[in-house]
Amino acid sequence: MNEVSVVISGAAGQGIQAVEHLLSNVVKDSDLYVFATKEYMSRVRGGNNSTTLRISCKPVYANIDRIDLLLVLNENAIERHRWRMTTSTIVLGEEKFVKDETNHVVVEFSKIAESFGNRIYANSVATGVLAGIMELNIDALKKNIEQYFVKKGNEVINANVSAALKGYELGRKLGLKLELKKCEEVRKKNLLNGSMAVALGAVAGGCNFVSSYPMSPSTAVFTELAKMSKTHGILVEQAEDEIAAANMVIAAWYAGARGLVTTSGGGFALMCEAISLAGMIETPIVVHLGQRPGPATGLPTRTEQADLNLVLYAGHGEFPRVIYAPGSIEEAYELTAKAFNVADKFQIPVFVLTDQYLLDSYYLVDDLPKMDIERHIVKTDANYRRYTVTEDGISPRGIPGYGEGLVRVDSDEHDEFGHITESSSVRKAMVEKRLRKMNKIIQEALPPKLSGPKDYEVLIVSWGSTYLIVEEALQSFLNHKIAHLHFSQVYPIHPSAKEYFEKAKRVIFIEQNATGQFANLVQQTFLIDTSERILKYDGYAYSVEQIAKAIRERLGV
Amino acid sequence: MFRPEDYDIPNADIAWCPGCGNFGIIRALKMALAQLNLPPSKVVIVSGIGQAAKMPQYVKAHMFNGLHGRSLPAAVAIKMVNPQLVVIAESGDGCTYAEGGNHFIHTIRRNPDITNIVHNNQIYGLTKGQASPTTPRGQTTTLQIDGVYVDPFNPIAVAVALDASFVARTFVGYLDLTVEIFKQAIQHKGYALVDVFQPCVTFNKVNTYEWYKQNTYILPEDYDPTDRDRAFKIATDTKKYALGVIYKNPNKPIFEEQLVAYKVDETPIAYRGLKV
Repeated sequence: MNEVSVVISGAAGQGIQAVEHLLSNVVKDSDLYVFATKEYMSRVRGGNNSTTLRISCKPVYANIDRIDLLLVLNENAIERHRWRMTTSTIVLGEEKFVKDETNHVVVEFSKIAESFGNRIYANSVATGVLAGIMELNIDALKKNIEQYFVKKGNEVINANVSAALKGYELGRKLGLKLELKKCEEVRKKNLLNGSMAVALGAVAGGCNFVSSYPMSPSTAVFTELAKMSKTHGILVEQAEDEIAAANMVIAAWYAGARGLVTTSGGGFALMCEAISLAGMIETPIVVHLGQRPGPATGLPTRTEQADLNLVLYAGHGEFPRVIYAPGSIEEAYELTAKAFNVADKFQIPVFVLTDQYLLDSYYLVDDLPKMDIERHIVKTDANYRRYTVTEDGISPRGIPGYGEGLVRVDSDEHDEFGHITESSSVRKAMVEKRLRKMNKIIQEALPPKLSGPKDYEVLIVSWGSTYLIVEEALQSFLNHKIAHLHFSQVYPIHPSAKEYFEKAKRVIFIEQNATGQFANLVQQTFLIDTSERILKYDGYAYSVEQIAKAIRERLGV
Repeated sequence: MFRPEDYDIPNADIAWCPGCGNFGIIRALKMALAQLNLPPSKVVIVSGIGQAAKMPQYVKAHMFNGLHGRSLPAAVAIKMVNPQLVVIAESGDGCTYAEGGNHFIHTIRRNPDITNIVHNNQIYGLTKGQASPTTPRGQTTTLQIDGVYVDPFNPIAVAVALDASFVARTFVGYLDLTVEIFKQAIQHKGYALVDVFQPCVTFNKVNTYEWYKQNTYILPEDYDPTDRDRAFKIATDTKKYALGVIYKNPNKPIFEEQLVAYKVDETPIAYRGLKV
């Protein structure tokens, strides 16, 4: 066996996340690669949620449909996943849930849990059974269970450990032969999800202020930063609304902090006026936007890439901005850190566009690189003018209380001192000054990444979180002249992109939205034909199989 | 020692109408700052949009002239990042109580050490005479042609109900009282609301200088502002409006002092990593 795909399916509130967390860590501590991603309903109890875990002796980074082992925790846990099952899928669960399945294995999780004193230990039993089936490291199982319940006291810890060990023993006896070859290089790696990567990236970029309003799927970034607030000196405030949050973050930058706001499309809708303010007063703001399907409340817990236009056009008036769309957990870290430096340097809004899929997906990454914190604050003198007109459009930025100067920012059109003006010549000079920053911003844009043969004929284009899914899908087209071009900066687009497009006989865009927003932007930017598009907008993440199939159909191969 | 003119902006092109109550407020504010001997480089005036919000344009200090309704979130954040600054949020009744109503409520809950001066002329001036949240019922305006038919917002009662740590009202026609209240508000540790009655001589022909003199009274010297029940009674009495410090709660924890980031290190976040 090289890889096992395990899906755990049950109702909200049954502890699927606990099993996901425990099993991912036990897998890692057993010297195996793991990729985990979850899909869940917008409810606290009931319904059906699931987690997919790919466990492998080779690196795994992307979502797949195939299920080898389906662990069910309640009566409605199978039907939603039927389309993903094959003739060899094994269904594991209590008799009443699995008895009608041809390929089933009965494990009475609740009864076993009760024998240790409480039904609630069923998650530990389940984790143990799965660990046993795959012959994972038993000490790692014990250690992770102990750590997970550390705050619950010895009685609960011991009961959970005993329940898990019982499950392990049962799992081994099932004889399913799903043992995997171990690989020690995993030991040097860390298990991380997108949310943690964005939060760690923010800290690495010197973030010391975060104000937001909770909204799925962006909230975990907020809570992760709150957890780090003591050790890293971060001011954290849960604002009364997104309007306050964004205005607070801008004012925090004005006062000398490096601020982040984390939100989703619906929350960001309320921040548009603040983005325009940042544009006018040339005060930085970093916005992390975790996308989910809209319009309006849409599908609160699902995934989509449909807020590119929202951040691209947010804010009345004309001013520069930068939009990153990380393609991996590593990029989520690096680009969030970079966002702080770029926002500071150019005094503009910078967006990090992620989505539920990336934020909620875990895999193993190498140690994250140390990022440089570039601060661009000047000590002011008595003659300081906040909006000095300069050749590159960047005026030295001072902060109140650092130097003798007064820092006066104004949301009205203003002169160099920051005072209201209605002079047409000053207005023209200020508009041009602000937009002039774009020259350097474009020069410093991240070029797209090309993978696959250099002599490609077909160019598959992706942006943001679909990167690794497309990469894996293209493994089945190695004999074709198909390359993959990925954009992790979607605005402004690096000029080098044009050559890649021109070289291709066919360009196919893959996006998780209904209108091909990035393809439209590329068309508008380079005046090329971008009409070939593979689009998905059902709220569920792309899988390797779905992308491979879509490409196959397009190319007729 | 600073003088009021030390806060002047040379050649300021002041956009207020002759006779506007804002002239009295700016005069009182500069006098208060001078009497408290606050250097301009220590003071940040944060405002929203409207005629009142132009105040920091004409006062020599740091300025954050942001968006309509958003002066309070900005002021709170500035105080969080640099507690050493004296932060004054200043805007009109529309900006603070309508567009910024939610921020008004939650800023009071936080109790940051900032001063909130609200120019209350009971009308929208810059947009030419529509009703504001504090325009009395029945008053006709350029928009409410048959008269306002909703109850006015009572900022003092709301602030007392939310247990704001300092709630005061003054009338710009009484300069000494206004200067005194501004000084107390700035010196008060915690959120301080000063609602300032100020005539709009162009668009509000009802609430004139004379009207305010007739319809207000100054709280007596022996008035105890820490009695919340009494303060609430005074706040809800709209037959005649009380002027003075109506309510004070000196025991409320200060917002920025509770921030986790300052528990281990008192250096303002603003200065960390800078060569100070």
